[in-house]
Amino acid sequence: MSGVRFTLDGRAVEAREGESILQAAQRHGIDIPHLCYKDGLRADGNCRACVVEIGGDRALAPSCCRAPAAGMQVQARSARAVAAQKMVLELLKSDMPDEAVRADSELDDWAQRMGVGVPRFPRRAQPAADASHPAIAVRLDACIQCTRCLRACRELQVNDVIGYAHRGEIVFDFGDPLGASSCVGCGECVAACPTGALLPATGSLPLGGGKTVDSLCPYCGVGCQVTYRVRDNRIVAAEGRDGPANHGRLCVKGRFGYDYVRHPQRLLKPLIRKPGAVKSVDNTLADFREASWEEALDFAADGLKRIRQRHGKYALAGFGSAKGSNEEAYLFQKLVRTGFGTNNVDHCTRLCHASSVAALLEGIGSGAVSNPVADVQHADVIIVIGANPTVNHPVAATWMKNAAERGVKLIVMDPRETELARHAAYSLQFKPDSDVALLNAIAHVIVTEGLVNERFIAGRTEGYEAFRENVLRTPPEAVEKLCGVDAAAIRSVARTYARARAAMIFWGMGVSQHTHGTDNVRCLIALALMTGQIGRPGTGLHPLRGQNNVQGASDAGLIPMMLPDYGRVADDAVRVRFEKLWGAALDPKPGLTVVEILDAARRGEIRGMYIMGENPAMSDPDLAHARAGLAKLEHLVVQDLFLTETAALADVVLPASAFAEKTGSFTNTDRTVQLGRAAIDPPGEVRQDLWIVQELARRLGLGWNYAGPREVFEEMRGAMPSIAGVAWERLAREGAVTYPCLEEDAPGEPVIFTDRFPTANGRGKFVPAEFRPAAELPDADYPLVLITGRVLEHWHTGAMTRRSEALDALEPAAHIDVNPDDLCALGCKAGEFVTLETRRGKVSARARADAGLARGTVFMPFCYAEAAANLLTNPVLDPFGKIPEFKYCAVKLTPVPGCPLPVV
Amino acid sequence: MSRRHLNPVPSVAIEEVRALVGAGTLRRDLLIEYLHRLQDSYGFLSADHLAALAEAMKLSRAEVYEVATFYHHFDVVREGEATPPPLTVRVCNSVACEMAGANELLDGLRAALGDRVRVRAVPCVGRCECAPVAVVGRNPVGEADVRAVQWAIDAGAVDAPLPEARGLADYRAAGGYRLYADCVAGRRGAEDVIAALESANLRGLGGAGFPAGRKWRVVCGMPAPRLMAVNIDEGEPGTFKDRYYLERDPHRFLEGMLIAAWAVGIAKIYIYLRDEYAGLRTMLGEELDALRAAFPNAPETELRRGAGAYVCGEESAMIESIEGRRGQPRLRPPYVAETGLFGRPTLEHNMETLYWVREIVERGAAWFASQGRRGRKGLRSFSVSGRVVKPGVHLAPAGITLRELVDEFCEGMLPGHELYAYLPGGASGGILPASLAGLPLDFDTLNEHGCFIGSAAITVLSQQDSARAVALNAMRFFAHESCGKCTPCRVGTAKAAILMEREAWDVPLLKELAQTMQDASICGLGQAAPNPLLSVMRFFPHELEGGK
Repeated sequence: MSGVRFTLDGRAVEAREGESILQAAQRHGIDIPHLCYKDGLRADGNCRACVVEIGGDRALAPSCCRAPAAGMQVQARSARAVAAQKMVLELLKSDMPDEAVRADSELDDWAQRMGVGVPRFPRRAQPAADASHPAIAVRLDACIQCTRCLRACRELQVNDVIGYAHRGEIVFDFGDPLGASSCVGCGECVAACPTGALLPATGSLPLGGGKTVDSLCPYCGVGCQVTYRVRDNRIVAAEGRDGPANHGRLCVKGRFGYDYVRHPQRLLKPLIRKPGAVKSVDNTLADFREASWEEALDFAADGLKRIRQRHGKYALAGFGSAKGSNEEAYLFQKLVRTGFGTNNVDHCTRLCHASSVAALLEGIGSGAVSNPVADVQHADVIIVIGANPTVNHPVAATWMKNAAERGVKLIVMDPRETELARHAAYSLQFKPDSDVALLNAIAHVIVTEGLVNERFIAGRTEGYEAFRENVLRTPPEAVEKLCGVDAAAIRSVARTYARARAAMIFWGMGVSQHTHGTDNVRCLIALALMTGQIGRPGTGLHPLRGQNNVQGASDAGLIPMMLPDYGRVADDAVRVRFEKLWGAALDPKPGLTVVEILDAARRGEIRGMYIMGENPAMSDPDLAHARAGLAKLEHLVVQDLFLTETAALADVVLPASAFAEKTGSFTNTDRTVQLGRAAIDPPGEVRQDLWIVQELARRLGLGWNYAGPREVFEEMRGAMPSIAGVAWERLAREGAVTYPCLEEDAPGEPVIFTDRFPTANGRGKFVPAEFRPAAELPDADYPLVLITGRVLEHWHTGAMTRRSEALDALEPAAHIDVNPDDLCALGCKAGEFVTLETRRGKVSARARADAGLARGTVFMPFCYAEAAANLLTNPVLDPFGKIPEFKYCAVKLTPVPGCPLPVV
Repeated sequence: MSRRHLNPVPSVAIEEVRALVGAGTLRRDLLIEYLHRLQDSYGFLSADHLAALAEAMKLSRAEVYEVATFYHHFDVVREGEATPPPLTVRVCNSVACEMAGANELLDGLRAALGDRVRVRAVPCVGRCECAPVAVVGRNPVGEADVRAVQWAIDAGAVDAPLPEARGLADYRAAGGYRLYADCVAGRRGAEDVIAALESANLRGLGGAGFPAGRKWRVVCGMPAPRLMAVNIDEGEPGTFKDRYYLERDPHRFLEGMLIAAWAVGIAKIYIYLRDEYAGLRTMLGEELDALRAAFPNAPETELRRGAGAYVCGEESAMIESIEGRRGQPRLRPPYVAETGLFGRPTLEHNMETLYWVREIVERGAAWFASQGRRGRKGLRSFSVSGRVVKPGVHLAPAGITLRELVDEFCEGMLPGHELYAYLPGGASGGILPASLAGLPLDFDTLNEHGCFIGSAAITVLSQQDSARAVALNAMRFFAHESCGKCTPCRVGTAKAAILMEREAWDVPLLKELAQTMQDASICGLGQAAPNPLLSVMRFFPHELEGGK
């Protein structure tokens, strides 16, 4: 790399390749004032505060946009350059309000450093403040039109809300108030704004004081790195950090959803159910009494021990949590396996990607992603099927949108036309549950048009012939009607994917949460294998993991048929290794899964449970049934932050520590292990979760003594070869290590399967799948299809986000999304109440018109306790992954008569 | 969830938009064209239509809104806002028209027409020889008064009359397109043509004066595909020469354009015509159709329509506009010749530059170069307005003085008027006093006086006029037309206009401000905006002392 030598203020300096004059100057300690330039944003050169004199140029040049040339004479501090720099600052300052909106305004800072006095120009007519958005305050009286917000909104996050209208006005959509606009609240604009024209609704932070803690976002599987600003043991701001998954970006939850930890409903003391209080999800604190830790822990352990003695070990089960750390997950499963004595331990992965993992283990020997999300930068085609990443993995979606803007062909396949479809080259809105038919038709085209990768198939796979026979029966023309997609479009998509230099497939729960979820994923694996689109950068298979630590919790063995690192419990060799490691006998019988455990509870076979940080009374299908199962338990121990719907059914509730209050490792969707650090102390009598688990373990007769997460992690490294090379010190130092990382000096492997699959013979396996319809099809009584899912602002069952002020203000109430024509046919308007009813239950909520839904389909998010969508869902399971069919059941939609529109 | 779902676009709006823009995939670069169709059909742009258009184009609402609101000829009506009256009368109040009583006309029309007709003051509409001008709908009324405007409204005369230009057949009958045919047939070499332009010293006549031959050579050397953009966004107040030539002999320009495209190896041509020239647009559209039929192998040519933005006369802003965006200038480097339209090397020319190609090649470079006085070469098309007997476009030798131009071509000053000052190059070229009426008028000759001739738009002031008032008029114009991108121009023009409205000027502050605007603005608009202001301080200080 050769630098460019030029002269800056009489000094010979060298610029690195790609550096602007401004950047080179900065590196050499010469600070040129700048406002519209910000690291990470495209240089725009509009503010002109950074103009410099360049020998031979008539006018001054913006140093942020100008590349130095060899021998160039640049003067950043000549009288002429400084006069212009100061005049620009003065002009901008003359339009600022009397009192700075932000204490650390970059304009004020530069004006002071450059000695700009009181502006001599009259102030412009100022726009009014806009307080319509719950998370972001708009103070355009402090706007300097630098468009950093616009570039952040449009070019980084690709949310495209902010525009530069008229001859220099920052606007949202059509000049709407921010709160009424299509803003998704990511706050990237706030992070970008130099003057506070856009700032958190909570206001500007005073200068100095407080501390910062480098940690993670507690929400989704993307694994954004965050820096928390802390004052007086309270988090006052979350800022994006330059992590491998987010590079400083955050979404609305990560940036504004940190305040739930201090919600008044936070449990501060252990609770024991009052005698005679009948179990119900509607139970409140009044149904419990406070207890000391000693009493509560004894009570919790005694109940479990009693059941084990009286009814045997199979009468106990535990649900761990994908929101906890790796260390917590590891200890939890160890507690169930060695303390309860069975494998009846599971967690919410069962409800999100169990079918994906089943198919992946069967086909390519590993349930984790083959390539990280960031690999979209190396792809030229991206398929996103059955996933809505702009809502559920917002920061990951930004990379996909960036790629699409650069010309990468994005193919979106989903029964709902989602926001991502706007950026797609192809959007196939197929009929719900026709996934297998559609994917087989794509495979058919690849086979019959000679687009298969013969060499890859021959060298690295098995079972192709049977697969080929199977897909030859499904030409696109034959499934056109079934899928509701033109054969021509199917053919185009097949060609685009197969011919790509590098193509990635992402999927979410739209694929996995079906009775044919495993089949769906088998088809996706087959597409990658038949085209050789795996094992290289920019290719592969990526099931977008939901929870922040669902990958880590699964890796740690929080699954009933597998020990840590996916050794099967039924495999003697595996079990013996862990028996030796743990010094305890292990049960060879695979345990029950989430839905099976609650079924067994309903039948009286499971009598005692320990649930840590999960909320099955909201998240499981057919809630009436699931809640009845929980209520029927003789002894339920729940460890959580709040009195959740599940905790309301508990016999004893142990107040848990929140993400921001503890340190631990977390593994994101990319297989990257990262460190979350305690930012604040737990409130009240709340104790660390690791302590609680250990105290229960002690009372169950296990003599554990882990000093903290580090000691647990060290044990895990010994038990799990995949992370053997990840030392705790390294994690603390590097912030992120991607496994497999077998040796301490190994870099970690973001892309795997490069030359073999971790199967017995090293080959990937084709598994043919045939179209099977959903378990419950629409009929005359229940004529529509219900799809459930999530909303951007709320996490999972809402336990955290509904207690975050800004997030709950943004999406405060349940809603039922309906195709506008269906809504019209019903005689209803958006905003009126409607009722959804299935064979299992009914709920009412306000209707929303969503043109992205095909006629005959309705969508409802499951995060609202007051209108719990899972009262409606069908608990029937995929035979392989045991995942329920959350994405399809027959439903009836009726108006609620006499219900007025809300007053806006 | 995106809140876009909270207010889905009404299906009727989608149908209405589709009926105008067609089915299927829409072109991003035609956004302004689509907006025109909506504006033309409905008289304004409703929020529903904009939302439907955004959806059809897979654009965000902000992207559509920011473009629609950038251009003065689009009336965006947000939800709950009143729609404009069906008819708008645009009264030009730039320098020449203001001198001719535009402000009184505006007052008169507002009083006479009330609410049923919208009366708007607008910048130069390119008809300064018959100031003041009012455009009724699309019908320009010259030497307008309230009665004439009222008559046009009552008579329903709201469409632009079609200019009686020489058509293709007549042009060919008189030897037109023979040169082009020779070029295409190989009877002429590109090198010869380029050499002819070079020795004729033909310079860019849009205002910058860049040598045309050299430009062809530079773009020629760039990788294909190369594009061409023709600038007929004639908006510099006082300039109307492009309109003048097009109204009479459009094919002389079109032949020059095709020869340039042939010589440089152009894949596609875009002609950008200012929206104010509605009659020309219709005529040019028809002549282009005829041309395509006559020369089916000529490069594809698209006629694009501006939408009311002076800054789009700046070459890179025009390119942005052709791409369907806000007309904001680009930073250079990279230069347009290298990275221009759609990121391709682009040959950009003012219409008049191309207009002279045929004659120079046919009559020889020496003929063109031999024109001129005081050592200057070539001919200049002066758009003359103001206090002269015969305003209009006068083709005169480069290097002619203002005094000669007035006396020899304009039949002298109007009776009762004495030469006081003149604008040598529109609103941005500065103001010169009568004492400097003997300077040769050409590129580069006025630099030492802080002025330039630019597009050769001469406005002549008499003792009845005030240089200070003209400078304020110009600064308000620049503030109105600034694209808003860079601080020195966006904020500088606004602040300067306010300071210049004050009884007493803060001369040191205005000088400081002017220096930064000249030094640090992105494009010529902001860089030249202080010229009239500086001229007043330099040549007309008595006007600042309450003298005038």
